[in-house]
Amino acid sequence: MKTLLLTAVLLSVSTVALAEKIAIVGGKVFTGTAQGTLESATVLIDNDKIVGVSSGTSVPAGYTAMDATGKYVTPGLVGAYTQLGLVEVGMSAGTVDSSVSQLPMSNTGAAFDVSYAVNPDSSLMGISRVDGITSAATTISRTDYLFHGQGAVITLSGEAQPVLKPKAFVAVNVGNAGADDIGGSRAAVWVMLENAIAEVKDAPKALSATSEWHGINSRLDVNALRPVVAGNAPLLIHADRAADIRQVIAFKQRHPKINVVLVKGMEAWLVADELAGAKIPVIIDPEFNLPGGFDQMGATLANAGRLHEAGVTVAIGMETHNIRLATQHAGNAVAHGMPHDVALAALTVNPATIFGMSGEIGSLTKGARADVVIWSGDPLEVTEAAETVLIEGKVIKHTSRQIKLQERYQSFSDTPKASQYIR
Amino acid sequence: MNNTHKRLSIMMLCCCAFWLTACSEDKAAKTEQAAKVSIDKNPFPSRYTPLAGEPTLITNVTILDGIGNKIDKGMVYFADGKIVEIGETLSVPDGVRTVDGQGKWVTPGIIDVHSHLGVYPNPSTHSHSDGNEAIKPVTANVWAEHSVWPQDPGFGRALAGGITSLQILPGSANLFGGRSVVLKNVPNRTMQEMKFPGAPYGLKMACGENPKRVYGKRGGPSTRMGNVAGYRQAWSDAQDYQRKWDQYEADYEAGKNPKAPKRDLNLETLAGVLAGDIRVHMHCYRADEMAVMMDVMKEFDYQIYSFQHAVEAYKISDILAENNVCSAMWADWWGFKMEAYDGIRENVPMVHNAGACAIVHSDSDLGIQRLNQEAAKAWSDGRRAGIDIPQEDAWIWLSANPAKSLGIFDKTGSLESGKNADLVMWTANPFSTYARAEKVYIDGGLAYDLNDPQSWPVGDFELGQVGEGDSK
Repeated sequence: MKTLLLTAVLLSVSTVALAEKIAIVGGKVFTGTAQGTLESATVLIDNDKIVGVSSGTSVPAGYTAMDATGKYVTPGLVGAYTQLGLVEVGMSAGTVDSSVSQLPMSNTGAAFDVSYAVNPDSSLMGISRVDGITSAATTISRTDYLFHGQGAVITLSGEAQPVLKPKAFVAVNVGNAGADDIGGSRAAVWVMLENAIAEVKDAPKALSATSEWHGINSRLDVNALRPVVAGNAPLLIHADRAADIRQVIAFKQRHPKINVVLVKGMEAWLVADELAGAKIPVIIDPEFNLPGGFDQMGATLANAGRLHEAGVTVAIGMETHNIRLATQHAGNAVAHGMPHDVALAALTVNPATIFGMSGEIGSLTKGARADVVIWSGDPLEVTEAAETVLIEGKVIKHTSRQIKLQERYQSFSDTPKASQYIR
Repeated sequence: MNNTHKRLSIMMLCCCAFWLTACSEDKAAKTEQAAKVSIDKNPFPSRYTPLAGEPTLITNVTILDGIGNKIDKGMVYFADGKIVEIGETLSVPDGVRTVDGQGKWVTPGIIDVHSHLGVYPNPSTHSHSDGNEAIKPVTANVWAEHSVWPQDPGFGRALAGGITSLQILPGSANLFGGRSVVLKNVPNRTMQEMKFPGAPYGLKMACGENPKRVYGKRGGPSTRMGNVAGYRQAWSDAQDYQRKWDQYEADYEAGKNPKAPKRDLNLETLAGVLAGDIRVHMHCYRADEMAVMMDVMKEFDYQIYSFQHAVEAYKISDILAENNVCSAMWADWWGFKMEAYDGIRENVPMVHNAGACAIVHSDSDLGIQRLNQEAAKAWSDGRRAGIDIPQEDAWIWLSANPAKSLGIFDKTGSLESGKNADLVMWTANPFSTYARAEKVYIDGGLAYDLNDPQSWPVGDFELGQVGEGDSK
């Protein structure tokens, strides 16, 4: 049965991969665009790009049809906040590129650049890809510096050039964890952040490697922060406590050009209206509902739904090895009040928009990368799964290190035995 | 503990009788026997009292009884804290409270065999970090129940996820981490008021990376072979200790006046395992290490009741079945360390399909809130790999098998007549992401009601804080 299925999939790989024009026909399609969700629709793909989505099941001439009747079709999911490509095994297992230690070239951490470090052959790529994650934001998670370096947006295609957008954002933590790293207090971390930014605004236009410079930032930090100050690369600010988030909003008001994104935001629902007013989107894990510290007392599973209700743009997907569980996180947001189509947007078009890539990934809009997933059913149901994943218009092989391990040991349980119950 | 307690009482009765006889018949004996030293095996007894309940009939529900049966449109009747009957139609006395569960599902309460609630509570500050007595590799003398902080908000969150009982384990820093405790998930003021009456103690052991990482530069073990040497030496010491007590018993029985051995709390727990009173639950990821541990188990003649995490159980499901050892697993956690690198999504169904005992566990204050979803993922991943397990069988991973491995299946873990009325009514099929636990009954008392905010637990810690009483 399994072998047969696999053969069928492999066959479809070789046939479909050759097709230049594909029509995915008959599925329930979440477009991630103004078209919304269409009950029975056709997604047209020309080589590596989306042509468009239309209601109905007619296939234009020249397109190879791919049946998705009874299935759900979505854009490839965008991991909103990950360390993909930077870590294989985190603990006691050698180099971890998402962890950066002290180095004299940087004073504030902005200079570090993960685009040099992304490994497209990481086993996490295939394991996440077969479950529908086709691109992701990735960055440093552990450093003693103020900023967590310059993150990148990557594709999980496994191809030689994984970076879609280098220097795509810079992250900073102003909550308990950030304060612990910077002076042990918010009274230090905010002064440091404010002055690091002010310094970039005042810095000479040209700051070469040999320019004389005395600042909180190193020369490389200043250059790394210029796109942030100009509003071209978002500044991702981690904060949970409502009071911290109010500081984030005040920061945005002081620096209206900076594209501020709130990350984690466990108490964000308490200041949802203000966040909406300040047009600050939020990246969250909606399942966090416990007070891990005194800055998370208001944590609740209702966070995602309440933020949306107030008009805040929400992205979901903070994980690395199990970024594939972002669909479950979003499903639980739905179980606690977030509308279903909004939760799908939180996995796709919203993170794409946050990283300034809405026309390229995360939606089935004309001209976007043809990253498309056909699901067995509702993608947010834990019992459903990605059945066919296309990246840049090509059906990826349904294989991964985990699938190979499973197949290798399958024979041990091929003959079902009566389950044993010890007393 | 009931059995142990009974045995102890009988033993003491026998001793008294013997002592009296000895006194009356042989007053001229040269050596008069001192009072016999016996050890109280239950010095921290349960003070649990069930919530007040009332006879209740739930109608129109889909029932999974937890032992492989499904009733599509059935009824559940419980009274006096016990399941009376389940079936398609039941006749019950007049005046019984009736809950119409149209479209809803009823299952046994979920039992999590791996939790650190209370010992690694929220907030996760250093001052609350009480789960690992990481001072030396063998600390079978410590008991997790002495670290449990009952005000941990995690208990209430788990209750909202349908958890009715749970095992609190020490951490895995040590080869022998200490005793576990089984709790009823009814938040209360003290550990004793939550303690599951009559549940045997467990002993947490740990394989692999953790002990060698913690002790590698602190006198060892620093290798896996060092770990195994550590277990074997400790069991050997426990045998020696037991022989001293056996000798004391024998001498006393023979009318001598022996000096009781000095109590060693560490070896006392280990000897309790060898005597069959305490159940080993062992943190072990890799297949090869589990196989070695099952040999150690045979060498010293004890039973491992579960491997905890057992990320590679699927590689040796046949050996696990042969040795009657349960595997308590995540649905899909993997890769956070080398020994978790070979985790696969089909682990649970593959172990089940090989005839071995599969358990879905959490080891997480978040995961414990959604163990039904963890089982649902494993169930569907199995189906996609060609392992078709009915949902009514899969629920065994959440209640019956956990209860069996903990030694409480005679009391809970299934919806059978006479068992504790520990059950959950779900808003929908609990294999769906969107299902919520609507009513959670523990010993027949309504411990949580999704639709009644007054029933939502607010512990002392959350009182007067941001978010108090909010839906969590």
